[in-house]
Amino acid sequence: MQIIGELINASRKSIGKAIKNRDAAMIGRIAKQQVACGADYVDVNAGVFVGDEAEYLKWLVETVQEAVDVPCAIDSPDPRAVEAALAVHKGTPIINSISMEKDRHDNLLPILAGTDLKVIALCVEDGAMPETKEDRLRIAGRLVDDLVQHDVRIENIYIDPLVQPLGTTDTCGKAFLDAIEAIRETFSEAHTMCGLSNISYWLPNRGFANQIFMAMAIAKGLDGAIVDPRNKRMMATIQAAETLIGRDSYCENYLEAHRNKLFEFP
Amino acid sequence: MTMTFDMKEIVNGVIKGKIDEVKALAEQALSEGISPEEISSQGLVVGMDAVGERWKNDEMFMPEVLRSAKAMSSGMDVIRDQLAEKDNQVGTMVIGTVEGDLHDIGKDLAAMMFEGAGYKVVNLGVDQPSEVFIEAVKEHRPQLLGISALLTTTMPRMGDIINELKEAGIREQVTVIIGGAPVTDDFSESIGADIYAPNARSGVERAREFFKKKSAESGSN
Repeated sequence: MQIIGELINASRKSIGKAIKNRDAAMIGRIAKQQVACGADYVDVNAGVFVGDEAEYLKWLVETVQEAVDVPCAIDSPDPRAVEAALAVHKGTPIINSISMEKDRHDNLLPILAGTDLKVIALCVEDGAMPETKEDRLRIAGRLVDDLVQHDVRIENIYIDPLVQPLGTTDTCGKAFLDAIEAIRETFSEAHTMCGLSNISYWLPNRGFANQIFMAMAIAKGLDGAIVDPRNKRMMATIQAAETLIGRDSYCENYLEAHRNKLFEFP
Repeated sequence: MTMTFDMKEIVNGVIKGKIDEVKALAEQALSEGISPEEISSQGLVVGMDAVGERWKNDEMFMPEVLRSAKAMSSGMDVIRDQLAEKDNQVGTMVIGTVEGDLHDIGKDLAAMMFEGAGYKVVNLGVDQPSEVFIEAVKEHRPQLLGISALLTTTMPRMGDIINELKEAGIREQVTVIIGGAPVTDDFSESIGADIYAPNARSGVERAREFFKKKSAESGSN
């Protein structure tokens, strides 16, 4: 399971302020916390700084990688910002994210083509949001074909079938779960990735619903997630779900998590 | 046996999201000689107002609000044809999501809440270029123009639309209300919007406050 730590996002008020003030200590601290809690990548997003995004994103990559030894998830649709971030990034980042929306696609594809970059491929196209499992699978197919044709290796593609809020469409959770299963079957060498908290957007008791949904998605084959790694219950849910579906030989990670008290909640 | 129709039943039917029941109640009310205006303003709109209030206070949640809106619509369908076009509506609202942006949930909710408040709502849909907004304002002459954008990259389109309203000489004839997750008060002010609604449930309230203030101001002048 690949975990992307989602916290360093400028649309979060405290983070936006820290980025604006170039508060390297705070950004570094949050990067360290996320990695300590199990993040494989640290997401960096400076999307609210319209016009200056490239400069801020570059600073975020430098600041995060001064604090921690993991790659970043470079979170922007703007090719200039992505290029600026890539210029200073050490190791192999994941680009978050390409889609079949024409502008986003045409802007990011040249950056990805023929490289070893990893990329999240979001199942969205121009015209309408996907509704059914079939919509998602079809868009995933377009994305995979297109990226592979442009010399992106299929194992570097992380397909995000798009989680939508259950509160407005009460069947979208099932469509998403079925899509994960179908995508893993159809494109077995590719990976999946999602930020799933959107599922509970309009509902109360979101944390609980999100954990259950995560376990269900993992059972369908989800192997990557964008989460707050400091959320102990969520990380415990992920660990337990992985072990329960047989991705943890001799239950080693589960038992290690137990000994590290990761299943004990305050 | 004659019974006096209790409008509270419609109000409660809307609050509880009883889709078929509200339709039947509206038909019953009509058959008992209650005017469509009264069914709307004393029943359906009162119910939806209560829903908006409970939603705001986290006493009701989105799926319930959607069901209530559907119940309200089922009642409106019964009386719509008989409601005189102009006189009995609060006003007209044109609403849409800007070009390059496919987000419809917040925009549709806002549309629903305004419909619930008695507006005739013209919903332009998502991914609409400025011209469509301008043409719709010319055609429908709405009191309110609602513009939605959910992306930092599409947000500037809202300012473009306001500028084009000015260029077309129709900025003064419509009140512009904007919303969307990345929108802030500062941004709203910077592009010259009249009202900023931080979420779908606050839009109606903010619009009412705005018009109240405006009419108070024009009254004192």
